[in-house]
Amino acid sequence: MSDATLSFEEAMEKYDPVLGFEVHVELNTKTKMFSSAPNVFGDEPNTNVNEVDLGMPGVLPVVNKTAVESSIKIGLALNCKIAESCRFARKNYFYPDTPKNFQTSQYDEPIAYDGYLDIELEDGTVFRVEIERAHMEEDAGKLTHLGGSAGRIQGAEYSLVDYNRAGVPLVEIVTKPIEGAGSRAPELAKAYVAAVREIVKNLGVSDAKMERGNVRCDANVSLRPHGRERFGIRSETKNVNSLRAVEHAVRYEIQRHAAVLDSGEPVIQETRHWHEDTRTTTSGRAKSDADDYRYFPEPDLVPVVPSREWVEEIRATLPEPPAERRKRLKQDWGYSDLEFRDVVNAGVLDEIEETIIAGATASVARKWWMGEIVGRAKNADVDPGQLGVTPATIVELSKMVEAGKINNKMASAVLDGVLAGEGTPAEVVEKRGLAVVSDDGPLLEAIDAALAAQPDVAEKIRGGKVQAIGAIVGGVMKATRGQADAGRVRELILEKLGVTA
Amino acid sequence: MTETNSTELIRLSAAQLAAKLAAREVTAVEVTQAHLDRIAAVDGGERGVNAFLHVNTEEALAVAAEVDAIRAAGGQAAEELHELAGVPIAVKDLIVTIGQPTTAGSKILEGWHSPYDATVVKKLRAAKMPILGKTNLDEFAMGSSTEHSAFGPTRNPWDLDRIPGGSGGGSAAAVAAFEAPLALGTDTGGSIRQPGAVTGTVGVKPTYGGVSRYGAIAMASSLDQIGPVSRTVLDSALLQQVIGGHDPHDSTSLPDPLGDLVAAARLGNVDGMKIGIIKELHGEGYQAGVENRFNESLELLKEAGAEIVEVSCPNFQYALGAYYLIMPSEASSNLAKFDGVRYGLRVLPEEPPLTIERVMGATRAAGFGDEVKRRIILGTYALSAGYYDAYYGSAQKVRTLIQRDFEAAFAKADVLISPTAPTTAFKLGEKLDDPLAMYLNDVATIPANMAGVPGLSLPGGLADEDGLPVGIQLLAPAREDARLYRVGAVLESLLEAKWGGPLLAKAPELAASTAASSHGGSH
Amino acid sequence: MAAINRDDVAHLARLAHIEMSAEELDRMAGELAVIVDAVKSVSEAAGDGVPATSHPIPLSNVFREDEVGHTFTAEQALSGAPDSDADRFKVPAILDED
Repeated sequence: MSDATLSFEEAMEKYDPVLGFEVHVELNTKTKMFSSAPNVFGDEPNTNVNEVDLGMPGVLPVVNKTAVESSIKIGLALNCKIAESCRFARKNYFYPDTPKNFQTSQYDEPIAYDGYLDIELEDGTVFRVEIERAHMEEDAGKLTHLGGSAGRIQGAEYSLVDYNRAGVPLVEIVTKPIEGAGSRAPELAKAYVAAVREIVKNLGVSDAKMERGNVRCDANVSLRPHGRERFGIRSETKNVNSLRAVEHAVRYEIQRHAAVLDSGEPVIQETRHWHEDTRTTTSGRAKSDADDYRYFPEPDLVPVVPSREWVEEIRATLPEPPAERRKRLKQDWGYSDLEFRDVVNAGVLDEIEETIIAGATASVARKWWMGEIVGRAKNADVDPGQLGVTPATIVELSKMVEAGKINNKMASAVLDGVLAGEGTPAEVVEKRGLAVVSDDGPLLEAIDAALAAQPDVAEKIRGGKVQAIGAIVGGVMKATRGQADAGRVRELILEKLGVTA
Repeated sequence: MTETNSTELIRLSAAQLAAKLAAREVTAVEVTQAHLDRIAAVDGGERGVNAFLHVNTEEALAVAAEVDAIRAAGGQAAEELHELAGVPIAVKDLIVTIGQPTTAGSKILEGWHSPYDATVVKKLRAAKMPILGKTNLDEFAMGSSTEHSAFGPTRNPWDLDRIPGGSGGGSAAAVAAFEAPLALGTDTGGSIRQPGAVTGTVGVKPTYGGVSRYGAIAMASSLDQIGPVSRTVLDSALLQQVIGGHDPHDSTSLPDPLGDLVAAARLGNVDGMKIGIIKELHGEGYQAGVENRFNESLELLKEAGAEIVEVSCPNFQYALGAYYLIMPSEASSNLAKFDGVRYGLRVLPEEPPLTIERVMGATRAAGFGDEVKRRIILGTYALSAGYYDAYYGSAQKVRTLIQRDFEAAFAKADVLISPTAPTTAFKLGEKLDDPLAMYLNDVATIPANMAGVPGLSLPGGLADEDGLPVGIQLLAPAREDARLYRVGAVLESLLEAKWGGPLLAKAPELAASTAASSHGGSH
Repeated sequence: MAAINRDDVAHLARLAHIEMSAEELDRMAGELAVIVDAVKSVSEAAGDGVPATSHPIPLSNVFREDEVGHTFTAEQALSGAPDSDADRFKVPAILDED
């Protein structure tokens, strides 16, 4: 059964969307939030557990200091205030993936609160998302539903529980209601989650792999008629776990809500489940009195009181925020808006920066990565950074070109050789016998021939139209079968014609 | 070893046993076997004490034999033996142990074996104290009579038709019946001290955080504390010294040690100390015989040079009410983990559908007894939406008021004193149908848990009207456990001088049970 | 404060995952009503200005270094399990998705 939807355009004509996000970030600490069992993905079931993770009788939690530090880092990166004192609480509910049948979380006293994140949309518009809070909690175990229609919870005959993930440290980042995004709501949704993911990755506090569930998003959507202040009733779409899905889910929910409101029915406050295959949501659980979580301060843990000195120490170690870094790099490198966006979209920002640090100019680095490597990576179906090209290789290649030892066309061939494992660029040049003709004698002969063949062009150059020189250079290169250094050829032609460039 | 020798051994205090072991007048195996024999003789059967849920014969004797071997070999290893090495001990079955079942007195954990040791058990093992077995308790330590155990009540050695107190009735009765010289208890609202009072034994609830709770199955995390049970004040000091200290596995564990408790117990004077009578914790509602023995103790302390002052703790009137909100609230959450998924009992619903929700519901319905269910429902209520502020929130504020009362009282007195329990041991079954009357047993012990301060109960004599033991409670400021031992040991010696020996010498002889063979393995 | 009734107890028993018979609900409601009545004075005992105490002995910043400790084998982890399969705990179907 699929829900009725309105077209997105019609929905936007009638209604104003309000968004909210709860993003769960799994921290990449060595151990769990409250136990010393390892925090490792993908191990054999129920092996990364001890008595604490299994909720055995008599166990007690102890807070992982690194997880607290990571949480403070996230809070600072989200421009939050860091609590002078905060506590853990118990959220009580029964579920077989939750070993104690309560989750140890933070409730009314989060470690970080009142922040914001400036989100840059594709056209460069900056949209500020207000952060309500970022709090620490623990992950649940993993359920596998079997029997019946396998894999789905409905109709399953039984479920198997693996507690390896139980107790993995999480930071939950909650936004304030996001108003005013209008028809850009789906795009903003994707950009927001992408920005959070980029921040936690940049901080080094999470592996940030969405496909592994390191970053998980619950998206709240509500609509209200244009001009109304009061929010509509919201739905919460759970576990939207790719950037594309976030965009699609928000878009779908807007369309669905619009159809419900149009029909005159009230929107039900409920959780929705995202289905990637159909790009739709289905109804989960309506909010009920069973959602009485009976929060109370966790009596087995004591308050976390981050001293201001500690917070400042942590702040001093923070890496540059991704957005600021991009702004700085764009300016430093002198790329146009389009060039820079292409570089970002191609995912070679880090590689270009490293190449420049290794000694290449900004334009050379861009030319190599965007012109040579991105295409090869695409063909090989890997990320450009994983192709195996080191900044040193590029610097060496570009130096050879500058020195006139090889030309660009040859350099591309040398790169192929390097990637084929034939050695360093110098070794490839040597092995393949690639070297530009550097003795001026043969070149001058070829130049004379080329000038003689195109006397009108020679005349133009003499008359000051230096840009016409390309035709003569081309003739020389052809005559030398590409082995000549084009730069040197150009110099010699100008010299010959008595023109200064 | 002769029969007489065995009978004498079990009547020795832990300190006396330790001295005899060190002097090699007796072996640890002899001492341990004597206690195992006593357990076999008096614990089982129709009219047995039923203090033990499990007797750990093999392991206890093996540890004892190891101690004897080390002593026999001499040298550095023998010198490094702990003072209490070879002195056997019983452990309340709320505390997890590798190699023995841990039931918490509940059907829901029947047959469960912990894969880890509680921190206090690790310390007992490090000290090479043979663990005699696991003692009976009210289910999940919820009760004041040990009648709420799923495995039958423990009987009071003074009168087998009476309760031994609770929840730690098993530990107190085991020590009172000379089945063990020492035992571990847990005290959430008086579960060490009140059984101590009604069995004529010594029980101490240390300062909250003084002893690690890791491995004690939690009832109310902010109130629970493990502590010693013994027949003398010095023995409790010796035992607290073994089990106390910081534990990195317990976030509420105190970082600093509590000082030399044994030295305090051996100090032997109270001259010039101010001892405060808590106006609200005696008089009305207290049995006349309890009141008389209490006044007698005050006289003795005065004669010994202490100054008796009166203090008032007006907010103690709310302590019982606040306790019966905080304790069940925390317990309702702590006991949620018993659901038939990971360990213990699983009960399937009688009719379909078979879902995990219904399995949890059926398991908890069958696995928990009435008192546990009552407290879980009460706690769920106190924490639920709309009631939190009025109940749990208010109770936490009352806690602040009780702490302030203690602060004011300790500004006037070094140690506070009261009867431990309002009455002597009542008859088995007498209060079973009246939960509220049962809860009133803890009225004098609860304030210490609410404020985290240490409390000690020691025998104060026998009530005139029924000839049953009366407990005297001493309370000290947080971290000042040493004061309890100092005053307690002095009062104990004054009382014993008056009685001409330990109070337990007056307890009736227990007949050897005919069904003793029912013990030795699991219950 | 409202008195606790049978419906309240039925709701609380559902929250607490304890199945109760009709008879049990009745009995429990009666007993709890008495207890709740006895403890209700607590809500009026302390004024607004009194802070709550959740830990009897105030401590703060008790942390553990991020160092890996012991773990169980799957066999140890499952040793007390009522039911298991493929190194995992086995439970009957889950009704409520979420």
